[in-house]
Amino acid sequence: MLNQLTISELRTKLSKRAASAKEVTQACLDQIKRVDPQVRAFLSVDETDAIAQAEAADRAIAAGLPQPLLGIPIAIKDVLAVKGQPLQCGSKILDKFISPYDATSIAKLRKAGAILFGRLNMDEFAMGSSTENSAFGHTRNPWDLDRVPGGSSGGSSAAVAADECIASLGSDTGGSIRQPAALCGVVGVKPTYGRVSRFGLVAFASSLDQIGPFTKDVRDAAILTRVLAGHDPLDSTSIPEPVPDYTADLKGEIRGLRLGLPKEYFIGGMDKEVSAAVQTAVKHLESLGAQVQEISLPHTDYAVATYYIVATAEASANLARFDGIRYGIRVEGADPNELYMKTRGAGFGAEVKRRIILGTYVLSSGYYDAYYLRAQKVRTLIRQDFLKAFEKVDAIVTPTSPTPAFKAGEKSDDPLQMYLSDIFTISCNLAGISGISVPCGFTSSPKLPIGLQLLGKPFGEGTLFRIAHAYEQSTNWHKEKPEWITKLS
Amino acid sequence: MPTPPSDFDVKYVANLARIQLTPEEEQKFGAQLNNILGYIEKLRELDVSSVEATAHAVPLVNVTRKDDVRPSMPHEEALRNAPSKANGLFLVPKIVE
Repeated sequence: MLNQLTISELRTKLSKRAASAKEVTQACLDQIKRVDPQVRAFLSVDETDAIAQAEAADRAIAAGLPQPLLGIPIAIKDVLAVKGQPLQCGSKILDKFISPYDATSIAKLRKAGAILFGRLNMDEFAMGSSTENSAFGHTRNPWDLDRVPGGSSGGSSAAVAADECIASLGSDTGGSIRQPAALCGVVGVKPTYGRVSRFGLVAFASSLDQIGPFTKDVRDAAILTRVLAGHDPLDSTSIPEPVPDYTADLKGEIRGLRLGLPKEYFIGGMDKEVSAAVQTAVKHLESLGAQVQEISLPHTDYAVATYYIVATAEASANLARFDGIRYGIRVEGADPNELYMKTRGAGFGAEVKRRIILGTYVLSSGYYDAYYLRAQKVRTLIRQDFLKAFEKVDAIVTPTSPTPAFKAGEKSDDPLQMYLSDIFTISCNLAGISGISVPCGFTSSPKLPIGLQLLGKPFGEGTLFRIAHAYEQSTNWHKEKPEWITKLS
Repeated sequence: MPTPPSDFDVKYVANLARIQLTPEEEQKFGAQLNNILGYIEKLRELDVSSVEATAHAVPLVNVTRKDDVRPSMPHEEALRNAPSKANGLFLVPKIVE
């Protein structure tokens, strides 16, 4: 089945004319019809538009155009602007919003020849770790439909795991790509802050947000990251750093690379099978020639608290724009103030309200120094921990999530417990470094994917791809699929 | 766990954030946010008196572009998503008497 293939496999097939872009796209659309009534990864799919793009791609293939993603269907998280398509960030407040322009990441994929389709479900405004905070119902984990796919990019991870697309885009503010990738058994990349333009990404926390890919293997992640990366004059925080060919170094050779195991990440509270799978993966990396040493990231324990001050403060400012005046829903009021209060009260869901209120509080007069300024200073300490560690090691190895996918409803009434499920992914965003999650095994019963996280230096994506690829190619965890999905396909 | 601040008034802060809450939401969010604020108190354990604040992990300063005239979004496109509009303008409730 064409929808089960990777980008690199499809590139070969398409260039040999063993398949057409239209057939590949139709295979994805058919799979959505088969499995998405259960998985619910997609909020909407514009089939006519997808097929029209596929036909254009087939003409380009016939003309011999050499674009790197020509004819590859890629699905998009509902947080990125795709011109003429709906964008709601999983929220009622953006009801009927149609994007007036393409995000830079979308424009780059288009230029590379990709077929961009679908709106993937997410926690409202990317706030959450389970995709249960969507205003349009929650997405289910293809490995166990009673469990969450992770979040906030749960639609993006579930769609790739269920072969409903070849790859997808998500966004990661505190783990929203890596954690759902781990929980669904796919590859997810959080590039270095500034590596990928954020223009056209609806902002949650501007100093933490990054766009990144979900893919079926590490080579595809390297291919997509190369297309997405690069300086953009439309994003003043994007960094003018050359983009290497990340695939050039994927030779399975990691001898002599130095890997750090942070001792603070291997204490208490972790699921036993997750811990065992990660330890086994570390031994495996050692057997491939990597040098493993224990390191310390002493301020790890303060990361979640720091994050929930910095991220909510930035969110409270960013989400001020949703006021019922220029777009989205409006609930009328006698004066502008009443209109804002009613519109935001009716339009935002519970988690978004909680975070805006928390962010407003930590920025408010009398509390700014005690909360926001203090958190920014602790952020400095967290970043310094990583920069010091990277003097000794080339990458850091950790679990992506302390547990496999949890049951829907299990944490939805306890926001703090939900926040703590991001404990291993949050520091990467605070420090602005790069990260990737790759499959590294399964729990026994039920069978649920486990993710291995690799953290790299700023602009160290190439090293992460090299290690992750060597690991993946010698283990094959990434080739396993949920049984019911394979049967239906 | 450290004690949360006793003066957190969810109704007052929701008003600052321009979010209308139902009485049920006030009660629920008040308790949940107190719990979260209690957790956040742990940052007080650290001495940060000699630490510089980080606003952005990758410091770029004075990013500018050439002050060139270039096309912007067409007027009608900018108004397309408006919940209420007339004569090429956003309609809003009366602001001045």
